[in-house]
Amino acid sequence: MNESSRLLRIVVPIAVGIAFLLLWEGSVRYFGIREFLLPAPTRIAQSLVENFGSLMGSLWITLRITIVAFFLACVGGVGLAVLFSQSRAIEMALFPYAVILQVTPIIAIAPLILIWVGFDHTQLALLILAWIVAFFPILSNTTLGLLSADHNLRDLFRLYGATRWQVLTELQLPSATPYMLAGMKISGGLALIGTVVAEFAAGSGTSTGLAWRIVEAGNRLDIPKMFAALLLLSLLGITIFFGLAWVEHSLLKRWHESAIRRER
Amino acid sequence: MSAAPLIELSGVAKTYDSGTLALTGVDAKIERGSFVSLVGPSGCGKSTLLRMIAGLIEPSAGAIAWPAAGGERPTDIGFVFQDATLMPWARVIDNIYLPLKLKGIAKKDAEPRIMEALSRVGLSDFAQSFPRELSGGMKMRVSIARALVTQPPVLLMDEPFAALDEFTREKLDDDLLELWASQKWTVIFVTHSVYESVYLSERVLVMGARPGRILQDIAIEAPSPRGRAFRESAAFVGQCAKISAALREGAKG
Repeated sequence: MNESSRLLRIVVPIAVGIAFLLLWEGSVRYFGIREFLLPAPTRIAQSLVENFGSLMGSLWITLRITIVAFFLACVGGVGLAVLFSQSRAIEMALFPYAVILQVTPIIAIAPLILIWVGFDHTQLALLILAWIVAFFPILSNTTLGLLSADHNLRDLFRLYGATRWQVLTELQLPSATPYMLAGMKISGGLALIGTVVAEFAAGSGTSTGLAWRIVEAGNRLDIPKMFAALLLLSLLGITIFFGLAWVEHSLLKRWHESAIRRER
Repeated sequence: MSAAPLIELSGVAKTYDSGTLALTGVDAKIERGSFVSLVGPSGCGKSTLLRMIAGLIEPSAGAIAWPAAGGERPTDIGFVFQDATLMPWARVIDNIYLPLKLKGIAKKDAEPRIMEALSRVGLSDFAQSFPRELSGGMKMRVSIARALVTQPPVLLMDEPFAALDEFTREKLDDDLLELWASQKWTVIFVTHSVYESVYLSERVLVMGARPGRILQDIAIEAPSPRGRAFRESAAFVGQCAKISAALREGAKG
């Protein structure tokens, strides 16, 4: 990719965004659309400034739960995948339950988890719910990756009398890295979705993350604040995605096809 | 030769679970320091035989003994696959370090041996490269260096140069001969190329398919050292013709 086309990839989306905002602002003013239907971008910005303290507090709560849930999803997903790769019996016994956890809609189990954990520990409940949503892509991708190690290399390891541990650490985990990272990129976004859904389900008072700010602002018909909270959520999601994409690229750029840029 | 052979195959056979008879009644002796090729059509079980010698596949019948190595199969056999089979995430130096690492040798202590193996295959300048930065022939050299780094008593090669272009292949053939002449390890070389087998080996075991078996054991007469002159000599062509005839005979029966 040459310099000018790389520049275009940045400039074009930004120009589109600015044009869209101008159109939005102009329409709201021209047609006199009322604020509780569609606030103008300037009004949203104003609300963001006015509510900066409380919104940032909520952002921090949502961010913290998302990050911890994601981290635990990585540990749990990779850990279970390693366990599965070591024993077919364990995989056969447990994998169906991992699938059940994954396919059951999170919003449906949320009330149950909240009751079990207790309304005094809402944050723990949020964490569990976000984890349930986030761990599966890492588990299934890593499992696939661990099983995809080159069979000739496996033979070579056997030939040199490698231990199970050596095969795992020197061969299977490095082979699985690209798969693992692809799973993590999906899970990062899912952890945020899980947190937001769980916050909605947890409802009033005890949890004050961004999702709760949205519900609260909706109830008060404070639509500019609702948009402001929404904006922060999107920014959070975008940051997580690009952060993980960057980690993926920097880990794989030396050797993996997916991260190598070819001359044309 | 009076000394005990390095490897002794007696009545070796392999039947796969599917019922396919891959190999039957293989008897052969491989002398220490010899260069032996296994030549045959696809499906004659030559790779299976090589993997059985390496201990990667268990024979269904018969025995593989290592009289000159005290009866037991050595644990540091060198094996070269048809693909270079390198770890793409590791630098060349770490790929070659692998066999020593698996044996628990610290990298600091292994480094002189790694660099020696690298220089023997002419890749001293590429220790820090990643496999993807190398050509097919260079990857194959790394693979050979990795097999050599343990100073193995025997080097097993499974159609190592089959995927390379002819020019690279001839170059690697010559390099392999040179290495073999200077080190005198035992080499068992699987190939489907009659020319390559005659050019490289002291002995060619001609194999036939369905079921896989050894048809003929042919000694190769060649000047030492071998070179371009041998490749183009009448003696070379004659011996190739002899092996081709043995292969055709096997295909008929």
